[in-house]
Amino acid sequence: MSNSAAQLAYLAPELVVAVGAVAVLALDILLPERSRRLLARATAAALLASLAAVWWLYAGEVAGRPERLFTGTLVRDGYSLFLDAVFLLAGILGALVSARYVDREGLQSGEYYALMLFAVLGMMLMAVSAELVTLFISYEILSLSVYVLSGIARGRAESAEAAMKYFLLGAFSSGFLIYGIALIYGATGTTALEAIGAAVMSRGLFGNSLLLIGMALVTVGFAFKVAAVPFHGWVPDVYQGAPLPVTAFMSAGVKAAAFGALARVLFTAFGSLSAVWQPALWLLALLTMVLGNTAAIAQTNIKRMLAYSSIAHAGYMLAGVAAYTAGDVALGSVLYYALVYTAMNIGAFAVVLVVGREGEGNQELSDYRGLAVRHPWVAAGMALFMVSLSGLPPTAGFLGKFYILNAALRANLIGLAVALVLASLISWYYYLRVVWLMYFIKPGEAPPTLSGAPSLRLAVGMAAVLVLILGLWPSAALNLAQVAALTVTAGGLPVIGRP
Amino acid sequence: MTEWILFIVLTAVAVGSALMMVLNRNPVHAALWLVLTFLAVAVFFLVLGAQFLFAAQIIIYTGAIMVLFLFVVMLLNLEREREPIVTGGQRAAAVALAFALLAVLVIAIAARTSFPTMAMVPGGITLTDLGVALFDEWLLPFELASILLLVAMIGAIALARRRT
Repeated sequence: MSNSAAQLAYLAPELVVAVGAVAVLALDILLPERSRRLLARATAAALLASLAAVWWLYAGEVAGRPERLFTGTLVRDGYSLFLDAVFLLAGILGALVSARYVDREGLQSGEYYALMLFAVLGMMLMAVSAELVTLFISYEILSLSVYVLSGIARGRAESAEAAMKYFLLGAFSSGFLIYGIALIYGATGTTALEAIGAAVMSRGLFGNSLLLIGMALVTVGFAFKVAAVPFHGWVPDVYQGAPLPVTAFMSAGVKAAAFGALARVLFTAFGSLSAVWQPALWLLALLTMVLGNTAAIAQTNIKRMLAYSSIAHAGYMLAGVAAYTAGDVALGSVLYYALVYTAMNIGAFAVVLVVGREGEGNQELSDYRGLAVRHPWVAAGMALFMVSLSGLPPTAGFLGKFYILNAALRANLIGLAVALVLASLISWYYYLRVVWLMYFIKPGEAPPTLSGAPSLRLAVGMAAVLVLILGLWPSAALNLAQVAALTVTAGGLPVIGRP
Repeated sequence: MTEWILFIVLTAVAVGSALMMVLNRNPVHAALWLVLTFLAVAVFFLVLGAQFLFAAQIIIYTGAIMVLFLFVVMLLNLEREREPIVTGGQRAAAVALAFALLAVLVIAIAARTSFPTMAMVPGGITLTDLGVALFDEWLLPFELASILLLVAMIGAIALARRRT
């Protein structure tokens, strides 16, 4: 594949988002002040167009056979297409929940939406990267965009604090990642994922300390981004301080992107070293699930509670990656969970936005008392997302956890499976407490007034419908996830040893 | 013969401008003398056949780092008159220590280097190799880096722009 135009056609979804980002910046200057709110629609339109491009590539049967592009720095396969769809969903829901908020808080809309699009672009490029330098640059495009988005509410000190913390710790994690990449290059002489895997096999680098340290550093770099314990310290403060729609967008999108890249690196480049990294991920998953869920119980602020809940969900997904020996079943369950988590988590944040008031007000759990009496539909939506997050049927969250459990059992990780179930039991307490507050407690003296922006309601509705569809008729999405996972695992190398 | 003349001229410029930088009282002038030092060193690299180091020296040191220096100097708004109080004893001690360090370095290098008399064959990575690699094998990461810089620029403006 040497013809550039033909190669670019495979990158249509990424190109549409990149052009959209620049177009939003241009529109910001060209449009008169009062029609700036069109920018949210332009953003959503660009993301929808990109989703159409993903669909076009799917229909062209690209999903089944991986296509190497640009001297092997990218690989367009079902895996990257599935993840692209997840990121675009996060972006569309993110743009919808932002519309009213950005106006109300007086944020700089041009930069806001452009950076959101660039963040989505960074995620999509991470998913197609088949080479570590490209992966690192994509990771930085994503990271820089979300650092700035966290601090874009310049009037509030918490927002600046969030951006600063995120930036410092994020720069630290980038350092881990690039140092690890350098060591891997030193050990194998290449940065292409498949070539690394081949070099490990052909040159027998199983005990090479340079390679093992490099692999560990790369894993730590991604563990920061997915917020795995003990690299989670930044999450509560950043998620609480950042503007609420930004938190909604990044809690789902950034996590999915980091998991997508981590899994591709581990499965493609280090499949033959799984005996080394599987136990490490096992431990990370266990710590993350237990600490995330127990810390969430003590929270009284809903944003902070959802931050700890997002740590816990990173733990469930880590368990899916740790189940490497289950092959495409493991990877498929992680992909499916990423999709489900995006829908239910942004949905929950959208309801928090509906209830929230100017300047990040109304975000205490007590503000949800008696919500069902005055606003039954909003409360029903929140109840659905909470039930789904806690992993109870008939919602998508239940099936997502079920497939991860299935993968863990197939990989013979019985202990981790038991821990996952127990951690979910703990999580019922704090998720269902919100439902209980909404339905069984009388409203306080100041009943919450709602901001009923149509775009916000649309986002809640979309997320709710997705949570129900993915919970009741999962086979279509699950099939796609399974096919996507196969494009990575089928090309992988045989597994040596088991923990 | 031409190499000798070139070497002597370059050395004179490099050492002379380095001295001027140290002896100059005005920080902005000192910084400009440092630019000349960097340029002379860059030409040294070129004469030795290290094209990439030549370009990197000019782009990174003369370009980026010097601009940073000048910005800092101007932001600090140093007063020309202010001089640190240095006693005669301190000055003598500093000179003695500097010469001691020089002696250690010269002895160490003289003792450990064989001083080859053969001319080095210019080789390694040329700018052509680098250009071909950047625009062929690494085309895509190279282009992505431009998006990364664009994002950084937008972000810096979004965070630092005066509120309207």
